[in-house]
Order: sequence, then structure tokens, then C-alpha cells
Amino acid sequence: MDVLTFLIPISLFLGGIGLVAFLYTVRSNQYDDPEGDARRILNSDYDDHPKP
Amino acid sequence: MTVQLRPSAAACPGCIAAPAEPAREMPREAQIALSLPGIHCSGCIATVERVLNAQPGVTNARVNLTLKRAMVQAAPDTRAADLIPVLEQAGYEAHELDPGALSATTNDRAGRDLLMRLAVAGFASMNVMLLSVSVWSGAEDATRDMFHWISAAITLPAIAFSAQPFFLNAWSALRVRRLNMDVPIVLAILLALITSLWETSLSGEHAYFDAALTLTFFLLAGRYLDYRTRAVARSAAEELAALEVPRALRLEDGEEREIAVSDLRVGDLVRVRPGGRMPVDGEITQGRSELDRSLLTGETLPVYAEPGTIVSAGEVNLTGPLTIRASAVGQDTSLHRMADLVAIAESGRSRYTSLADSAAKLYAPGVHILSALSFLGWLLYSGDMRTALNIAAAVLIITCPCALGLAVPAVTTAASGRLFRKGMLIKHATALERLAEVDTVVFDKTGTLTAGTPELTNLGDHSRADLEIALALAEGSSHPLSRALARAAQEAGIKPAALSDLKEIPGFGTEALCRGRRVRLGRAAWVGAEQGDQTAAWLAVGDAEPLAFTFTDALRPGAEQAVAALQASGKRVLLISGDTTPAVRALATRLGISDWIAEALPQDKAARVQALTDEGRKVLMVGDGLNDTAALAAAHVSISPASALDAARVASDIVLLGHDLGPIADACETARKATKRIRENFQIATVYNVIAVPLAVAGLATPLIAALAMSTSSITVSLNALRLR
Repeated sequence: MDVLTFLIPISLFLGGIGLVAFLYTVRSNQYDDPEGDARRILNSDYDDHPKP
Repeated sequence: MTVQLRPSAAACPGCIAAPAEPAREMPREAQIALSLPGIHCSGCIATVERVLNAQPGVTNARVNLTLKRAMVQAAPDTRAADLIPVLEQAGYEAHELDPGALSATTNDRAGRDLLMRLAVAGFASMNVMLLSVSVWSGAEDATRDMFHWISAAITLPAIAFSAQPFFLNAWSALRVRRLNMDVPIVLAILLALITSLWETSLSGEHAYFDAALTLTFFLLAGRYLDYRTRAVARSAAEELAALEVPRALRLEDGEEREIAVSDLRVGDLVRVRPGGRMPVDGEITQGRSELDRSLLTGETLPVYAEPGTIVSAGEVNLTGPLTIRASAVGQDTSLHRMADLVAIAESGRSRYTSLADSAAKLYAPGVHILSALSFLGWLLYSGDMRTALNIAAAVLIITCPCALGLAVPAVTTAASGRLFRKGMLIKHATALERLAEVDTVVFDKTGTLTAGTPELTNLGDHSRADLEIALALAEGSSHPLSRALARAAQEAGIKPAALSDLKEIPGFGTEALCRGRRVRLGRAAWVGAEQGDQTAAWLAVGDAEPLAFTFTDALRPGAEQAVAALQASGKRVLLISGDTTPAVRALATRLGISDWIAEALPQDKAARVQALTDEGRKVLMVGDGLNDTAALAAAHVSISPASALDAARVASDIVLLGHDLGPIADACETARKATKRIRENFQIATVYNVIAVPLAVAGLATPLIAALAMSTSSITVSLNALRLR
């Protein structure tokens, strides 16, 4: 059972990364246009280089 | 489009002392908001952005497909009027939006806040559930205690953050000595935390940390759904309001200056161009024209206007430019006085209690009494405070309105989404429930059942030669009747005759010479004819007897189907209009409505709706004009088209976004189904309680049973709501 001392903090840490990532996406307005973003991915305009 | 100016106070103190010159104000980039109702795919996004970015002055353009909008950052002197034609050339309908009326950021803050709380509750409940599952599958002694302590360490801060909306709501209800749905929720959460902490400190077997968290999570999910539905409706409603950028042309020393309507003062001279709407009440000082009063009175016949005619805000100028001296502005205009009537009628509607509220009223006291009784019962029976408190907590947790909290928002989200795709915007939270009860439908005529655009009716009665002259004259004017005549003639393959000296005389008609003879197309009196009771334009060729071109108001698409479908579903359909008797009779016969009233004043409309309500009928009012506003507010539920006046849209519960009236009948059906689903959801939630509550009262409930009951009921309720699609 000693392994739990590692496993529980690790699971909390990994979940925490997910939470922080989610909060980051919310704060940076990434849910403002879900429909548009779903379509933009099909657009081939910036396939070869990032948008300047 | 507004150009935001930086404050002129510069950093150096010397400049502050200097008088602020306009030149010193560094203009910042212009923010232009455009509404693009036609965009729907990735191709549209790419084209619109490419076209806009290629415009000189535009620094960045980004399309939001969800809101069907484009936000453009551009050089300060760029105007939306320059961008719209470019987009229209590319094949996209575009309208300018007033960025001031779009308060997207403030709305978004509340939604983001809820989403964060939801995320934290979800994260914490998953972790705690992981630990709880280990406990349920047999962790014992020190391991179990450690798991409980870790759970407590995660749960307490998570609840403190994510359950705040419930705490605040419950507190504000308790402060005014009332009960709402949030009171049992908060009580359950707090009691669960207290007993669990107590149990944990005594190395007890049962802790409800996971239950408290999943409860918060599910309820927040319900709140968020509810919020999203309303936010979508609100942003679309804002967009409608933002479409009318309130500007007026004020004459200052003979020069026109564009200013905001709110800056107009009594006595100002205002110029109204053909096609423009009167911004103020006033008197015409210069110019002749015709006025379309249909939005205010329901009359379709244009009214002749000359210097001295009194005009009201909201009327549309049709032919010639007019100069008006303002006699009432802003809140004092007849348009705004109408709002008082609305406020009186509105107070009647707030009596409606939503299904959720009536469920909560029944539910909250019941749960508290049940929980208190089981506490007392067990305290008397076993004499053990700890057991009694544990059981009381279990009862509260199991009965907690998880499914009830989801029952209504899950269904309204699904139904509103479905109606939004059909072009209906649900503005009011209980509009769907009220729509489901409707048994009588009252329609307005002008602008609601009819499109407000005239249609030529007697093309076949005229000779080809007359039609050629009429077409040539009609093409010289932008009057709605002329345009309708020209369109009908062109569709019939008529070529315009060759005319010379064509000129439009505002307020009367167009005049020209045809092979030496004077030809006129215009008002009856002007060409020497007798005014009939039908909308007509008269053609006089030389000294010959004038010929009448009669018009009828074109039906809105879907009007016939909507009326037929409503009648087929057993609803009584009425037509109440401010227009003349012959026009209303003709339309009523055409649509098969036997119950109609013509020449009704605004008060008559509201009184008729009130009378129907007093008979015990649930009235749906569909109308667009100022004369309908009081009736819209007095009705049980109301719908107005997007082309309606602002005041009418504000007074109505549902806004019809497209031109088609067809969705009205569908909406009634969807609303009826949605209400049925809501009731089903209440029943499902009750069935779960009926099974789980005896277990809890008997002291047999474990955290595992609580978790199972809560999750399955919430999920069943959500799935049931999805069946609506």
C-alpha cells in the first residue's frame, strides 16, 4: 500500500494539469466561437506556415 | 461604427493646461461590427475574411460563425458603409451593428465564471470519486481514514469555490424569509460536509464528500445550460437592437450633420431622406412626400405629407426629402409614451409561475419536513445524535433536486436550440411553457401576416401600350408602389416606353412627356381620378380617362400554412387590424379566418386580448407595430417578427428572425412537446425519490446508493430531454 503515497499525488497532479489547461482555454476566449473553430480546421490557408 | 478617441489629457502637465484641440486627440483604430446572417460554412469564413482584409484600412477582420458576425479593426476613417457593398458583391448580406449595443464582454464574464466553477467541481468530484470507489470496494481502517481525509482536503475548498452561486441565492432568499430551490441544496451540501467531517474524525465508515461534489457538479451543469440558452437569445436580441444605428441628420446653418438621435433637442431642424424613419415627433417645415404609417396604425395606404403636417417618430418617409422641426424628442415621443401602456400590461403577466417554481414550492418544504422527521424519529428511537444526523443528511442528499435542477434547463436548451435553427428566438425563460398552453391566436395584419410590400393585382386589365408607359414612369421613382409596378411589369416581359422630361414630384408621383403628350403616374387626386378604398396608383395618358393599378399587400411567406396549421390543431384564430375594412376582409377571406376586426385602435386590440383572457382563453398575440405593443404585452405569450419596431420586439416573448411565418405552428407543437418532457422529467425524478427515500429514512442508504441514485436520475433526465430533437 506504500505505493499510494506516490500514486495519489500523481493522480491529483495530472488532473490538476487538465484543470489548469481548461481554465487557460476559458480565459483566452477559446470557447467564443465553437462552430467557427470547428470549420476553420478544414481551411487549408495556413497549412504550410502559421498565420503571421 | 464608432471611432473611439483617446482622452486628450496628455502625459505632460503643460499639455493638460493647453486647450484640448481635436487635432491633438489621436484617433484610435475603428471597431466595426457587422452582422452576416447568410454565412454558414468554412468557405464563407475564408471568403469574408479575405475580402475584408483586402480592403484598404482594414488591419484585422475575424468572423465569428456561432454569432454570425464579423469584427473588423480598421483605420479610424474606415466606415462600415464602405465594407458592406464589398461583402454584398461577394454574395453576403451584411448589416452594420452598433458596437455600443453589443455588450458581449459583460455577458461573457458571467458565463465564464459559471464554466470555471463547473470545471473545478468536475475536477474535484472525479478525484474524490476515485478515492470513494476504493473505499466502497473495501479499503479499511487507516487506508479508509486517509482516503476520507484526502477527500475532505479536496472537497472543502472546491465546494467553497464552486457552490458559491447556490450559497448566494439561498442567502438572498432566506434574508427575505422565503424558500427557493437553493435552500434545500445548500442545506444538503452543508449537512453532508458536516456529518462527513464528523464521521471521518471518528474513523466512521460513511462519508458523503463525493455526493456533495457530484451534486454541485450536476446542478452547476443545469445552471450553465440555462445560462447559455438565455445568453444566446440575449445576444441575438441585442443584435436586433444594434441593427438600428440611431443616427439623424440635423440641419445646422443649412448644412446637414450626422448626429446621434439622443443628441437631438426640441426645436432642431431634422432632415429625413426618402426611405428614412422619423427620429422625433414634429412638424414638416419643408418638402412634400408620402408617409408610411403602417408600423404605428396598421394602415397600408401611404399618407400625403406637406409643410404643416404633424409627424410621429417611427413613420417612414417614402418619396421626397423632408425637413422637420422637432416638437418632442427621446422619451417624450409618442413612440416612447406607448411604453407606459406596455408596463401596465406587463405587470399582469408576471403572475405566471413557471413549472420549476411550482415544483420547488411543493418540494422544498416537503424535503425539509421529511429530513427533520427522520432526524427526530431516529433520535427518539436510538437516542444517538450521530446516527440521527447521519440519516437526516442521507435523506437530504438523496432527495436533493439534482434531477429537478436539470429537468427544466435540459429540455428548454434542447427546445430553444431546435427553434433557433428554425429562426425563432426565445427571449423569455417561461415563454415555452406559456406557448404550450395557447388555445387562441390573434394576428395583426400589416407587417405580420402581410410582408408590408405591395403587389400589383390587375396587370392583365391594361393594354400593352399603357403598361409600357407605366413601367417607364415607375422606373423613375423609388416609391414602393412604383417599384412593385415596375417589378410586375418586368416579370411580364414588358419593355419601357421611350419618355422624355421624366421627373418625380415628391408626394404626388412621376410625370413625363411621351410623343408630345403629358403622362402621369401617381396619386388619384393629382391625375384627376376618384380615390377608391383600395391601394392604387393612377396612370393618366394625355387627357384620357385615368387608369387604376390596384395593389394588395403581399402575404408573408408561410402565412397561409401557419394559419391553416394553427386552425387544424384546434386553435381559434383571430385577425385584428388597424387597416380599413375592405383590406382586412379581403385578407381574412383569403386566409380562411372568419373572426376579424378592422379599424381597431391600439386600445381596442389590447382590450380584445384582455376580453379573451377574461373568458379563460390563453392568447398568443402575433404583431409587429406600435399599435400592437399593448396587445403583445397583455397576451399570455407574444411573438413579433424581426422587422417589427423595437418597442414591439421588447414587449414580445419570442422573436421570429426570418421572413417565414411557418415556424409559428411548429413552435406551438415544440413547446407542447417540451412541456410534456419537463413533466416527464419531474416524474422520473420523483420515481427515483420514491425508491431511494424509504431506504434513506430506514437508515439503509450508503454513500454508494446515494451516488448511484443521483447520477442515474440526472443522466436519465438529460437523455429524456435530448429525445426532443
